[in-house]
Amino acid sequence: MGETRKLSVTVNGTPYEEVVEVRLTLADFLRQQLALTGTHLGCEHGVCGACTVLVDGRSARSCLMLAVQVNGREITTIEGIAPSDEELHPLQQAFADNHGLQCGFCTPGMLTTMVEFLRDNPAPSERQVQEALSGNLCRCTGYQGVVAAVLDAAKRLGDGAKGVAMDGGKAR
Amino acid sequence: MSEKIATTGAKRLEDPALLRGEARFIDDIAVPGMLHAAFVRSPHGHAAIGAIDKTAAAALAGVRAVFTLDDLMPHFKTERLVVGLPSPSYKQDRSRPALCGDETVHVGEPIAVVIAESRYIAEDAMALVGVDYDVLPAISDCRDALADGAPTAHRGAPDNLLAEFDMGYGDVDAAFAGAAHVFAESIWQHRGGSHSIECRGSVAIHDPMNDLLTLWSSTQMPHSTMRTLVEMLGRDESRMRVVTPEIGGGFGPKLVVYPEDAVVSVAALLLGRPVKWIEDRREHFIATTQERDQYWEVEIAVDGEARILGVRGSIIHDHGAYTARGVNIPQNSAESLTLLYEVPAFEMNIRLALTNKVPVTPVRGAGHPQATFTMERLLDRVARELGLDRAEVRRRNLIGPEKMPYEKPLKARGGAPILLDSGDYPKCQQSAIEKAGWDDFPARQRAERTQGRYIGIGLANFVKGTGRGPFEAVTVRVGPSGKIHVISGATAIGQGTKTMLAGIVAAQLGGDIDNVTVTTGDTGAIALGLGTSNSRLTVTAGSSAHIAAKKVRDKALDVAAHLLESSSHDLEIVGREVRVKGVPDMKVGLGQVAHAVAGSPGYALPGGVEPGMEATEHLVIDKTAYANGTAVAEVEVDIETGGVRILNYVLAHDCGRVLDPMIVDGQLIGGTAHGIGNALYEWMMFDDGAQPLTTNLADYLLVTAPEMPPIDLIRHESPSPLNPLGVKGVGECGVVPAPAAIISAIEDALSPFGVHISRAPITPPQIVALIAAGGDGKTV
Repeated sequence: MGETRKLSVTVNGTPYEEVVEVRLTLADFLRQQLALTGTHLGCEHGVCGACTVLVDGRSARSCLMLAVQVNGREITTIEGIAPSDEELHPLQQAFADNHGLQCGFCTPGMLTTMVEFLRDNPAPSERQVQEALSGNLCRCTGYQGVVAAVLDAAKRLGDGAKGVAMDGGKAR
Repeated sequence: MSEKIATTGAKRLEDPALLRGEARFIDDIAVPGMLHAAFVRSPHGHAAIGAIDKTAAAALAGVRAVFTLDDLMPHFKTERLVVGLPSPSYKQDRSRPALCGDETVHVGEPIAVVIAESRYIAEDAMALVGVDYDVLPAISDCRDALADGAPTAHRGAPDNLLAEFDMGYGDVDAAFAGAAHVFAESIWQHRGGSHSIECRGSVAIHDPMNDLLTLWSSTQMPHSTMRTLVEMLGRDESRMRVVTPEIGGGFGPKLVVYPEDAVVSVAALLLGRPVKWIEDRREHFIATTQERDQYWEVEIAVDGEARILGVRGSIIHDHGAYTARGVNIPQNSAESLTLLYEVPAFEMNIRLALTNKVPVTPVRGAGHPQATFTMERLLDRVARELGLDRAEVRRRNLIGPEKMPYEKPLKARGGAPILLDSGDYPKCQQSAIEKAGWDDFPARQRAERTQGRYIGIGLANFVKGTGRGPFEAVTVRVGPSGKIHVISGATAIGQGTKTMLAGIVAAQLGGDIDNVTVTTGDTGAIALGLGTSNSRLTVTAGSSAHIAAKKVRDKALDVAAHLLESSSHDLEIVGREVRVKGVPDMKVGLGQVAHAVAGSPGYALPGGVEPGMEATEHLVIDKTAYANGTAVAEVEVDIETGGVRILNYVLAHDCGRVLDPMIVDGQLIGGTAHGIGNALYEWMMFDDGAQPLTTNLADYLLVTAPEMPPIDLIRHESPSPLNPLGVKGVGECGVVPAPAAIISAIEDALSPFGVHISRAPITPPQIVALIAAGGDGKTV
């Protein structure tokens, strides 16, 4: 093992104290060291967006960050979006209802990106949603179901889905 | 067909786990003791390989092994992966090795594998493997490859002709000799890669207790992967299992058996530890198969009324360096070229050229988009030359519904006749052009041009053979718990296969889709399977599931009748119970019914039935179900930048009976997005030395959300007579007409400049160049 550091990080509300190699990417840390495999790697070049997570509520490509960079920060991954094991987040439910996913591989990055987007833009236009999705590649859906899902979720959240944390960061 | 054949709702069984990040893809598999592989790959298009120095790599802390072909050969029964589909047209056998021997023939070809405690260490060590290369001349362009005196892609080969065949019917010479008009076109088409967002991967685990080698692989075809590996490794079938986890998109190239599958499998056996390899995106660009170039020289002969008399020509197809699938892509292209239209005479010569590039195998559409583009370009040419409306030219030539089923004097690759099974092509076209406002468009176009805006409209008809047989295997079983288990040789790659199978089975067995579990892609679960390709699963697996479920239903009713002392005709299955109609209290659970036929030593089975509440079906369907459709694209071209924006897109389609509209629409829209990419963005570039130039998703462009136009889908349903569900495949249909319709629209938008386009994709710089060439009808 190469040079290591201690890392304190909160992921989906759970605090972790870990020792990590300094060259370990955030994506590999989440997937391999914490076994949170919902964050997917599609290109490792920062282009496809599948690996997007929220770092202190802001979307970030976990393939382009090192684990040591998130010391002291709060991370939300796909596993931390649903309010409970029984209930989906309105955005997740909207993806299911609008056929916003097919193989589902790009979906985690879509969801994390759109959680942030809807928090900052609660009533977006279709064009704004398309632009906001432009950094997330999907080969299956042609995006139309995804756009419909995000607009649907915006409506559901606007209609008062109470108690849903739009910053991710739910305590488990 | 009024009978309900599928229970569908607006939900998919697959979604909850995917939405929570709980689904298990290949890279999510982690087992104790697992090692990680990284492949040393050729940086040269063509080179002789001398000494390979593994010393430094092997000495690195954490490295467990560095293997070359010499190390692995003693453990292989066959030297090469023999995976090519049969054809009498091959001139050369170019099956590929598991790792390079003394020659490499494309960039990205695996030469050695490093296996270490982590992928990080394996990649560190990869850089320490020394390979002596003696660079040889490489052949990049498939036309150059077939020229006299061209360097050969393989040392010592007679030439670069991998295969050649002819296809056709009728008296072509007479048709052309007597024609009022003959028009010739030279067309270049390029498809590019699959680019599922999940790359490939495999994890091999050997269990010494049972001597069972399990390969988890992101393959679309686990059964054929197993057959190939059993042969290569000399293993007993009962000691090998290939199983697929969730697959993050396939689109064709994942149907191929790859060298990495074989290497990872043998490495796990040699090292006694599980071995995992996950492809990265750069590897996907250089080592996963792709579709690339076809060059067409074609002529069309028409009479004075624009009726087709004949089509003839030739295709040069870039095959890449090895045969990883066969001659099927250009075979599909030539075979499907004329299917929609009445074409009395047809002749095509097809040559497949070896090049020093990664092998070519089907990508979503598999040769059909190229055929559609060529035929529709020819018809646009006829319309322009004869001063006719493009839709009218097609109307005069489409095969009418009164002629269905319509037999073409051609044979499919397995020898079955080509029979267009059903469809109303003229009606389909009419619905699309009406929806798109075709007739009013010229007025709108003129008005926009006065404002300096260049809009255009284009259309394309297509037909796509789907549901390739001969069968798909499905077992339906009711367990003593009352749960219904469906097991299929089908493979789920994101297209909703599990939902489809569960819905078809639930329709026969109580209608409760939540009571159905589906297992796909596991050679340990079912003996036979062909997997996913050619938009085939609803036709083949769906039909088998339907029949198997009906058999289980009949048996469940018979056994329940015995248990309830009733007649099976008076019974119905509702949810998880068999009930006497109208007497809801007289009932027995599906689980009890299954339990009753599970057998008890010494006691007869109820009603004298065969044991077990299950049925396995492999319905044989040899003929192809032909889906069809019409796309109309409206575009705006920025004549300053060459930028193209698709303003509107209409797709009228007919995939037979629609079981689940949500999933069908999703397949069509997703396919359309891929087709837009093929028209405007996707271009896998190589230099003259066959060095790939686009090896990440920033250089190679996929369509993103803002590029997507509004899409109107129009559904026609002409049931196929070839299967009990009346269905046709849909997975590839969206992609097929898109480049043809979009490029027709661009040409229409630029008609004031006399621009003629005979290529796909077309990029903004090329459009600017065409406009600059100005008015002389030059082509690029």
